[in-house]
Amino acid sequence: MSTSLKTPLLFAVVAAMIIATGQMQSWNTALQILNFGLISAIMALGVNLQWGFAGLFNVGIMGFVALGGLATVIVSMPPTTEAWSAGGLRILLGLAMGAATIVAGILLWARLPRGRMRGLVVAAVLVLGFALFRMVFDGGVSAVEAVNPASTGYLGGLGLPILLAWPLGGVLAAGAAWIIGKTALGLRSDYLAIATLGIAEIIIAVMKNEDWLARGVKNVIGLPRPLPYEVDLQQDPGFAATATSLGLDPVTASTLYVKLGYSALFTVVLVVLLVLAQRALHSPWGRMMRAIRDNEVAAEAMGKDVTRRHLQIFILGSAVCGIAGAMMTTLDSQLTPGAYQPLRFTFLIWVMVIVGGSGNNLGSVLGGFLIWFLWVQVEPVGLWALELLTSGMAEDNALRMHLIDSAAHMRLLTMGVVLLLVLRFSPKGLLPEK
Amino acid sequence: MSTPNTSTARGGAGASALAGDAPFLIGEAMTGGYGKGPDILHACTIAVNPGEIAVIVGPNGAGKSTAMKAVFGMLDLREGHVRLDGEDITHLSPQERVRKGMGFVPQTSNIFTSMTVEENLEMGAFIRTNDIRETIEQVFDLFPILRDKRRQPAGELSGGQRQQVAVGRALMTKPKVLMLDEPTAGVSPIVMDELFDRIIEVSRTGLPILMVEQNARQALEIADKGYVLVQGANAFTGTGRDLLNDADVRKSFLGG
Amino acid sequence: MEFLNAFVALSNFVLIPAIAYGSQLALGALGVTLIYGILRFSNFAHGDTMAFGTMATVLITWWFQSMGVSFGPLPTALLALPFGIAVCAAFVLLTDRGIYRFYRRVKAKPIILVMASLGVMFIMNGLVRFIIGPDDQRFADGARFIVTAGEFKKMTGLSEGLALKSTQAITLVTAIVVVAALFWFLNKTRTGKSMRAYSDNEDLALLSGINPERVVMVTWLIVAGLATIAGVLYGLDKSFKPFTYFQLLLPIFASAIVGGLGNPLGAIAGGFVIAFSEVMVTYAWKKVAGYLLPEAWAPDGLVQLMSTDYKFAVSFAILLIVLLFKPTGLFKGKSV
Repeated sequence: MSTSLKTPLLFAVVAAMIIATGQMQSWNTALQILNFGLISAIMALGVNLQWGFAGLFNVGIMGFVALGGLATVIVSMPPTTEAWSAGGLRILLGLAMGAATIVAGILLWARLPRGRMRGLVVAAVLVLGFALFRMVFDGGVSAVEAVNPASTGYLGGLGLPILLAWPLGGVLAAGAAWIIGKTALGLRSDYLAIATLGIAEIIIAVMKNEDWLARGVKNVIGLPRPLPYEVDLQQDPGFAATATSLGLDPVTASTLYVKLGYSALFTVVLVVLLVLAQRALHSPWGRMMRAIRDNEVAAEAMGKDVTRRHLQIFILGSAVCGIAGAMMTTLDSQLTPGAYQPLRFTFLIWVMVIVGGSGNNLGSVLGGFLIWFLWVQVEPVGLWALELLTSGMAEDNALRMHLIDSAAHMRLLTMGVVLLLVLRFSPKGLLPEK
Repeated sequence: MSTPNTSTARGGAGASALAGDAPFLIGEAMTGGYGKGPDILHACTIAVNPGEIAVIVGPNGAGKSTAMKAVFGMLDLREGHVRLDGEDITHLSPQERVRKGMGFVPQTSNIFTSMTVEENLEMGAFIRTNDIRETIEQVFDLFPILRDKRRQPAGELSGGQRQQVAVGRALMTKPKVLMLDEPTAGVSPIVMDELFDRIIEVSRTGLPILMVEQNARQALEIADKGYVLVQGANAFTGTGRDLLNDADVRKSFLGG
Repeated sequence: MEFLNAFVALSNFVLIPAIAYGSQLALGALGVTLIYGILRFSNFAHGDTMAFGTMATVLITWWFQSMGVSFGPLPTALLALPFGIAVCAAFVLLTDRGIYRFYRRVKAKPIILVMASLGVMFIMNGLVRFIIGPDDQRFADGARFIVTAGEFKKMTGLSEGLALKSTQAITLVTAIVVVAALFWFLNKTRTGKSMRAYSDNEDLALLSGINPERVVMVTWLIVAGLATIAGVLYGLDKSFKPFTYFQLLLPIFASAIVGGLGNPLGAIAGGFVIAFSEVMVTYAWKKVAGYLLPEAWAPDGLVQLMSTDYKFAVSFAILLIVLLFKPTGLFKGKSV
C-alpha cells in the first residue's frame, strides 16, 4: 500500500472507531475521546519534534504538561486580594531574592578568578542568600496559606481569560526546558533522559507542596471556562428551541454543544501547530535538524552548533507539551496535582509517538488519537476478558477477586508490551518518516 | 612490464614468487572492502615466514591497514584466500583466528587503560587454560620496564610503554604469528627506535612478524620483506634493503 | 554534656539513617553503573528490578512465615533473599534474551536501549502491581531494635536517646559484605577481570577471546543480586511500595552519575554523597542547634533547609551541579 493512501486510510479508521463509539456507547463518550485525543495528538506532536526531528529523549513530559496546568490557575483564577495583602508581595520579594542569589552566584563564578577563594565566596553568597530567602519567603507563605485555607489559602491568579493560559503554559514549559537543556544537552544522550525524569518529579513535588501557589493537593476547582456553561445554555430559550428542532433534549444538546466547542478550539490549535511543524520539517532548518540527528559528528564537522540546535528544538517541543497541558486542565476545569502520573503523562505519550511513526508529524497525530482511544477502551475490554476468564470460579474466589482488582495494572503491562513490540518489529511505526 | 635489474618484483603476481613454496601466513590475491562499500583491496598479496619481519608500507590511503585487517579477518573478502600454516582460514572470524595462533595489536585502543599492566597481560592470555606465569615472565624479560610497572594502570604509562604493553598482551597467547598495526604511530623517534629494537628481538625468537608502518624508511631498514601498496594493490615487493635501493620506490614513494 | 547530647541527636537522626540509606543507594547505584559499564546504557528499569526482586523475596518470606520458619532475631526475609535473587535473576535474564540481546546484535544506539529499558520498566511495574498490589507491604520481623532510645538513655545518662534499629545494622553489615564480595570478584577472579576488560575496551576484549554473551549474562546475574539486596534492605528499613521503588530511580541515577557512570567505587561514594545530602538538607536541625548554641540563640523555627517532600529535589540539584561542572563524575567515569 502506498504511503499517500495509507495516511488518509488510517485516519479514516480512527474516525470510524470514534464514530462507532458514538453510535454504540454515547456521543458524549465519543466527544470526550475526541477531545482528549486532540490534546494527546498535540503532546505527541511536541515529543515528535524532540525525538523525531532531533533524537532527544524526553522522559519528563509529565512535568511540562503539569506546568501548562499551573498556567491555567495563574492566568484565569480571580486574585485572592486578602492573600495578596497578607503576604503576596513578601512571597514575590522572597522569590526575587532567591533568583537574585542564584544569578549572583552564577555571575561571581564566571567573574572571579579560578581557585579555592572562588568556591568559598560563591558558596557563602549562596548560603547567605538562601537564609535571607527563607526568612522573607516563609513568613509570606504562612500568611498567605492562613487566609481562608478551606477555599483559598493561595494567591489566586490574574483573573484573565483562560485562553491566555495556553501560550503562558508553553512559556513556562519552555523556561523549564531551557534550564534542563542548558545543563544536560551536549553530554551523553542518556543524561538528558535522566535530567528530564528528575525535573518532572520536582515540578510535581512543587505543585503538590506549595499551597500558596495553586493550593497543592487541595486542588483548584472551578476554573473559568472559555465556553458557556451547560446550565446557562439549557435556560436559554433560543438554544432549547434549536435543540428541540434537531430532535435532542436540551440537556443532552447542551453537553454536546460544550464538548463540540472544545473540539473546535482544540482542532484550531492542533491544525496551527501541525502546519507549523510540517513547514518546519520541510524547511532548511528541519533538514538540518534531521541531518544532525542522523549523523551528529558529520554535522558538527560541517560547522553546525549541534548543542544549540538541540536546545532550540528541545525548548520548542517542551513548549508544545506545555500548551497541551494548559488545554487539558482547561477541559478538566480543575487542577489536581495528585493526578499527574508518569505512566499517563509521559510514557503513554511515548507509546503514541513510537506507534504513530517517529519523525512523521501526521504519524504522531494518528498515534495520539489511536492510542488514546485504546487507552480508554481497553480497560473495560480487559475487565470483561478477565471476568469471562474467571467466570467459572466462585464469586468470592480469592484469585478471581485479585485478578479483577488488578485489572487496572494490566494497562502498564500492555503499554510496555506494545512499546517493546513496536520498537522491535516496526520501529518506523504506522506512518514511517518519508 | 619491464623488470629493473634489482630483485624487486612488481605487481601482485611477483609476490608469491618471492615467497617460494607455501609461506607460513599468506593473504593471497585479496579483494574486498568494508561492509557493502567499494573494494579497497585489489588482488593484494601479503605473506610472512618464521623468523621474518614483513612490513607493509605505502602512501596514505593505500590500504595498508586494510590489508592487514583483511589477513586478520576484519573485513569480508570477495576474492582471495588467507592461509595459516597451510590451513585455509579465509572464513574464520578474528576471534577464531586468535585461537588458531594469530596475535594482533590494533593501532589504537590496544590496551585496557583502567587495568594494571599485569592484568592486561592476563587478559591477553584469556583463551589459555594452562599456567601463564612463564609467559608473563618472558614478556617481562622482553620488556623489563613492564616488570617494574606491573601493578600500575596501563593508562598511566607513557606512549612507548603502552605500546610495549600492547605487544606483550598479544604475545600472551603464544601466537604463531604476530601482526602489528602501526606500532610506532604517535611516539617520538627515540621511542620508535627502541620499539623497533624490541620487535627485532621478538623476531629473533623465530616468531613471524607482519606489520604496517607509516615510517617507511626506518621500517624497511629492519624488514626482511617489504610490501609497497598503492591504491590497494601490490606496487613493489622485495627485501627491505632492495626496496630502499630501488630507484622507482625511492622516487615515487620515499621522496628521493 | 551538651555537646555529647548534640552528637547523639545528630547520630540518631542524621548519621545512622543516612548511612543506612546511603548503603541502599550505593547497592542500587552499583547495579546501574555495572549495566552502564558493560551494556552501555542507562537502565531505567532498575528501580522496578529492585521492586521485582523485593516482591519475590516478600512473597517467599510470607510463605516461610506461614510454615513457621524463622531466623531467630533476624528477619525471615534474609532467609528468603537468595530465592528472591534467583527469581529476579531468572526474570532479568529472560528480558535480556527477549529484548536487549537483539539491540546488541544490531548495534543499536544506546538511546534505543534506554527506550527498551523503559518498556521493560512498564512490564515489571505492571507485573509487580498485578501480583502484590500497589500498596505498602511490611515484611520485617525479628527483633526491631538493637538499642532503643530508652535503654541508651539509661546506659549513658544522657538526656538524648539513640535508637539503633536492627534493620539499619543489617543494612550496613550486608552492604559491606556484598561490596567486599563484589570487589573481590571484579579484581581477583578471571570472570570479574574479563568484565572489567569488556567494560574498558570492548573490541580488545573480543580480540582477547572474551565471550561477550557470557560477560553480559554474569553482569545481569550480579545486577539482579544487587538490585534485590538493595530493594529488600530498603523495604526492611522502611517499607515496600512499588511506586517508591520507581521513585528511587532518581537518587540512584544521581548517585551513579555523581560517582562517575561505569565506576563501581564511584557508585558507592555517590550513594553516600546523595544520602547524606538528602538527609541533612531535609533534617530539622532545631534539636542539635538547641544543644550547641547558647540558650538565647536557640532557634525558633525547625531550622529545616527543605521539607522532606523535596528530598528528590536534593538529588536532582546535585545531579545538575555535577553535570554542569564535572560530567564524568567525581571519580572518573566513562567519558561522555
